[in-house]
Amino acid sequence: MLARACKQLWEWFDDRTGVSDLIGPSLKHLVPHDARWWYVFGSATMCAFMIQVISGIALAFAYIPSPNDAYLTLQFITNAAPLGRFLRGLHYYGASAMILMVGLHMAQVYLFGSYKFPREMNWVTGVLLLGFTLVMGFTGQLLRWDQTAVWSVVVAAEQAGRVPLIGDWLARFTLGGDTVGGATLNRFFVIHVFLMPAMVFAFIGLHLLLVLRHGISEPPTPGKPVNPKTYRKEYKELMEKTGKPFWPDAAWRDVVFAVAMVLVMALLALVLGPPELGKPPDPTLIDANPRPDWYLLWYFAVLALLPHGAEEYFMVFGPILIGILLIALPFMSRGGERSARRRPWSIAIVIMTIVMIGTLWVAGAKSKWSPDFNPPPLPEKLVGAASGPVYDGARLFHDKGCLNCHRIESEGGRRGPDLSGIGNLLTRDQIILRISNGGHNMPAYASNLKPDELSALVAFLQSRAGNRKPPAGSQPNPQ
Amino acid sequence: MSGNIDALGPPPTPEELSRRKFLERLSVGLFALGSVVLLVPMAGFVVAPLFKRRPEVWRAVGQAASFEIGSTTAVQFEDSSPLPWAGVTAKTAAWLRRVDAGNFIAFSINCTHLGCPVRWLPKADLFMCPCHGGVYYKDGTVAAGPPPKPLPQYPVRVRGGVVEILTNPTPITR
Repeated sequence: MLARACKQLWEWFDDRTGVSDLIGPSLKHLVPHDARWWYVFGSATMCAFMIQVISGIALAFAYIPSPNDAYLTLQFITNAAPLGRFLRGLHYYGASAMILMVGLHMAQVYLFGSYKFPREMNWVTGVLLLGFTLVMGFTGQLLRWDQTAVWSVVVAAEQAGRVPLIGDWLARFTLGGDTVGGATLNRFFVIHVFLMPAMVFAFIGLHLLLVLRHGISEPPTPGKPVNPKTYRKEYKELMEKTGKPFWPDAAWRDVVFAVAMVLVMALLALVLGPPELGKPPDPTLIDANPRPDWYLLWYFAVLALLPHGAEEYFMVFGPILIGILLIALPFMSRGGERSARRRPWSIAIVIMTIVMIGTLWVAGAKSKWSPDFNPPPLPEKLVGAASGPVYDGARLFHDKGCLNCHRIESEGGRRGPDLSGIGNLLTRDQIILRISNGGHNMPAYASNLKPDELSALVAFLQSRAGNRKPPAGSQPNPQ
Repeated sequence: MSGNIDALGPPPTPEELSRRKFLERLSVGLFALGSVVLLVPMAGFVVAPLFKRRPEVWRAVGQAASFEIGSTTAVQFEDSSPLPWAGVTAKTAAWLRRVDAGNFIAFSINCTHLGCPVRWLPKADLFMCPCHGGVYYKDGTVAAGPPPKPLPQYPVRVRGGVVEILTNPTPITR
């Protein structure tokens, strides 16, 4: 009885609104029968985005995008609001998942040659969505509006400033004026909460329309190239012969994968929680150590490792060139083989990209190029003297900032060479020369040390024999 | 869904066709005009503040006598015309070095590599940057690492025993 009433109500609703007519064909469109687990990353990306939208809206109930209050509301959300910590964590791991899934989706589409005719625009809209996603990631980190966020804005403005001709204007646009101030946070709030989500919605819509228009690409078969003249007809015949309706024959895998992803995200949010909130966004707190979130840490390493003098070109034209190459890809190889087995370079490029970003990521996490700012004085046991020139030298090694960059056994920074065994490698004169003149990455100390200080420092360094034996006839590396 | 409207009724006459063309152009033209009329003020509102340079003003940062000769100290001052809601972000810091009795140098804290705040190591007489390891000497010249230029300086003066710094935009390396 009730069931019949419900059915009647639904039929009336469906007749007057046309819901089934609207989404039925999309849900039931035919997809290749063998499009299995490799095809789940796109929908997983969209699922992550939807979670970002929902968790973002929830967070916006408490967040105040004001330069003075944003940090306070972040503290409130994290420490006081019920479920706030979980929600912030979810938004963070949602962002992480979205970036990860975009990457996987892109790699799969590239390896399967799915970007080829007639799906060029699927790829192009996807590349734009990748760009929007990265902008969302960066601006989202800024909305945390702690000390790191403030300095990240300055770093972004400095990079924008390197653009020829309009650099100065772009830098001012990034800062929202002459300096970080009352207008800075709001522009990133607008970009993160209005502009970019609107673009992502619009382009996901277009991306999905294109998926329906051209169909999901069939898994490639080696030796079966794409011929733009016949492909559409072949695809239609293939779907009519062996295609399966998307719902539910293929969609169930998307659902299973997406739910698993969401569970992992929720678990991480519960167990690990959101990233730590840094110090307050006060530009006069100088002891800052700005680092991007993990998904941009590799780019932080790029900025540190660029060859001096070529930075402008890399910083400005590097991203532009990568963008152009990505967009041009489907037009450079419209037809031909799709299978990665017949396109070994595609495998090489994906592996190279992963290795490159992975290596840079590890380098960024270690960031050896950053000095250790507050190394404790060298312990007496390590120095091996309680008075005399070696002892004085060790103290100077700490006070003059040597220890910030050089390592002595387990102490000190990693920017410069490890000096634990320097006494075996360089002569007294060589050490004096190096300290006085410095090098590309080392200050010259000639005017900074009195003669007796230099002697003490050299005495300390000569006493650093380490465990290493000097290789016969070895020449010190001038770097 | 009635399909192609042209298929219904009698075929259009040449007058009707030219009328349709006119109406098409009229509609597209009006739409474009309306969009431009609205978009110009909207875009202008967003970008206009960026073309307005803030005035430069002298800000007191402390009694001259309170800075030791040879020392380098962090000082802070308020931006020239902060927005009323700017709160803590209205402040800027600088490194003030007292060279001798009458001379001060005010360095920007922004590293010329990518703008991170450099720290002063008083015993080592060096500025060091936490981001990518840039190092400067006490006079602001580059000692090591990636910075392409010396630390920028703010104009500084002493008036009635008070050190004053002229506010300036955040230095952007070109």
